[in-house]
Amino acid sequence: MYSYSNFDADFVRNRVAEFRGQVERRIDGSLTEDEFKPLRLMNGLYLQLHAYMLRVAVPYGTLNGRQMRQLAYIAETWDKGYGHFTTRQNIQFNWPKLQDVPDILDALADVGMHAIQTSGNCIRNVTADHFAGAAADEIEDPRPTAELIRQWSTDHPEFAYLPRKFKVAVTGSPNDRAVTKAHDIGLRMVRNDAGEPGYEVVIGGGLGRTPMIGKVVRDFLPKADLLAYLEAILQVYNLSGRRDNKYKARIKILVHETGLDELRARIEEVFSRQQRLLGEVDPGIVARIDAGFTPPVWDTRPAPEAPVLDAGLRSFIDTNVVAHKQPQYGIVSVSIKPIGGTPGDATSAQMRVLADLAERYSHDELRISHEQNVILPHVHRADIPAVYAELRMAGLATANIGLVSDIIACPGMDYCALATARSIPIAQQISESFADLDAQRDIGPLKIKISGCINACGHHHVGHIGILGLDRAGVENYQITLGGDGTETATIGSRTGPGFAYDEIVPAVERLIEAYLDLREGPEEAFLATYRRLGLEPFKAALYGVEERADAA
Amino acid sequence: MARAFLPKVATANDLFEGDVIYFTDEGTWTRQLAAAAVAMTPEAAEDLLAQAAKLQGEVVGAYLADVRVEDGVPVPDHFREAFRTRGPSNYFHGKQAEVA
Ligand code: HEM
Ligand code: SF4
Repeated sequence: MYSYSNFDADFVRNRVAEFRGQVERRIDGSLTEDEFKPLRLMNGLYLQLHAYMLRVAVPYGTLNGRQMRQLAYIAETWDKGYGHFTTRQNIQFNWPKLQDVPDILDALADVGMHAIQTSGNCIRNVTADHFAGAAADEIEDPRPTAELIRQWSTDHPEFAYLPRKFKVAVTGSPNDRAVTKAHDIGLRMVRNDAGEPGYEVVIGGGLGRTPMIGKVVRDFLPKADLLAYLEAILQVYNLSGRRDNKYKARIKILVHETGLDELRARIEEVFSRQQRLLGEVDPGIVARIDAGFTPPVWDTRPAPEAPVLDAGLRSFIDTNVVAHKQPQYGIVSVSIKPIGGTPGDATSAQMRVLADLAERYSHDELRISHEQNVILPHVHRADIPAVYAELRMAGLATANIGLVSDIIACPGMDYCALATARSIPIAQQISESFADLDAQRDIGPLKIKISGCINACGHHHVGHIGILGLDRAGVENYQITLGGDGTETATIGSRTGPGFAYDEIVPAVERLIEAYLDLREGPEEAFLATYRRLGLEPFKAALYGVEERADAA
Repeated sequence: MARAFLPKVATANDLFEGDVIYFTDEGTWTRQLAAAAVAMTPEAAEDLLAQAAKLQGEVVGAYLADVRVEDGVPVPDHFREAFRTRGPSNYFHGKQAEVA
């Protein structure tokens, strides 16, 4: 696994020491909150509704056992014994005390982790496909690219004060599991006609109040030109991106207002200059990074051939395990969505189990997925029964990956100061309403995504069923969108109509799913396919009733 | 049309723990909404916030929140403020756990 250089380690330690001083000065009164706030945000420390929140970066979602164990220790020592995995492959601690945060950051630095650039108008934690390095459909591991971008963007002086936050995602597979088209820059590894790997570059995607699907600005960018091209995009954005209105400051608005062709021309112009100035990415740096991502030494035992007799194990394998690039291995997704639980929350005890399993059965690797689950990327098929048994004892064996109860939910008004409504209890109630896993498997692949405000941290725009919590005249109200898609066929969902009250939203989702079961051509036709075939109308009828709509028309 | 004036309390988060706090008649901060000073007029509300804001060293982000007075005790008008008096709904954490 990639380990940081001494330069990185010193940099992180110095930042912790600097922040310790800043906290002391805030406490003794020499810094006002106005002065302190940007400093704490630069170190990932937010103030939420009931407490502070510390957001820790998990670069490209990759962790080892020791790091996971340290997160468990932090949760237990300075928080309430759990952590929340987020859609940006970060982990958030919901209850740290201000005076403890420097110690937490030191504990993170002990395992090469930090909270830098998890907030503010800079280049944020670079995300990647959570199956990176393991996926059977992968052209190349996207993480060396993500790491190169991390090194280039960390503390990059030119890009520390961008018009707005800037998010980059990378995937190495044609099947996009990293929602690259909803990022400021999405990179998709492709091969050109000569068979050389490079990137398709997508810009201007984003969710939030103006959701947009990114557009391809470059069909093929040779790998060696990556940093020069990224600098070109960032320079053009830094100069031309709007700073007058924070709601119009993301690069998606620049793409929208300027037009893709005009912007492409400007980027290419700066790119040719940057190419001369910067040259190609230093092959020495590339080699050093690549060396940190050499695949593990695979266990060559063949996969067991005997049929799986245990029904629970069989559904677990069917639902939570997918093909690995080594046929004798499987990629195991551990659901952090027990029925009725809080999506993405893991206790310290569970984190330790995951750390142990990673060390014993997954070549010491773990991944955090943007769907708020944890991945054991390299499990030999012969070991899956043992892994399953231990997961079960820890309450981590829910076989619901990709099903109706595998819901993304942002913290919403249970934690977040920006929220307009709660999202977690909605997820909990939907999950309970479809508790039966056999029934869930019958419903088939279905992505429900919930955000507690227009900022869309819960990705509701790209949910097959998206739910957005709003405040309508002092009451929680939930709007439904249908047909969203976060994969390579990315689509923004369409609004169905008026929203639903807190106690009406779960029955509304139940009606949608009943309607789908009636309308589908057969169990092979997933919810999204039925929606695409039939459009909004039959689902609207299920939601609002036919008569009511006739009245409204 | 402007809404009729609702009574107000001054509220903020504690600098150390981030916990929700309210400004009292004694010029101190309390964790309990019931013990908060209530301003019954716009002028009194402005004055309350000005006093509370003087203590910026101990608190973060003081602002005025609408309340209704029931049986002589302030209760939150908006659901966001109601959640702030309790804590999250998914776990028994925060204020609700400390009061119990
Ligand atoms: C309580 C802390 C949080 C705050 C203050 C916050 C704030 C925001 C804001 C203001 C935006 C809109 C940015 C824009 O459109 O320009 C946003 C977007 C987003 N946030 Fe959060 N967020 C929080 C928690 C989270 C969590 C927990 C997650 C992951 C589950 C998350 C992931 C995202 C994502 C994926 C987006 C939308 C993608 C985009 O940037 O266009 N955030 N957040
Ligand atoms: S979507 Fe809104 S409520 Fe949810 S975490 Fe983001 S900012 Fe908070």
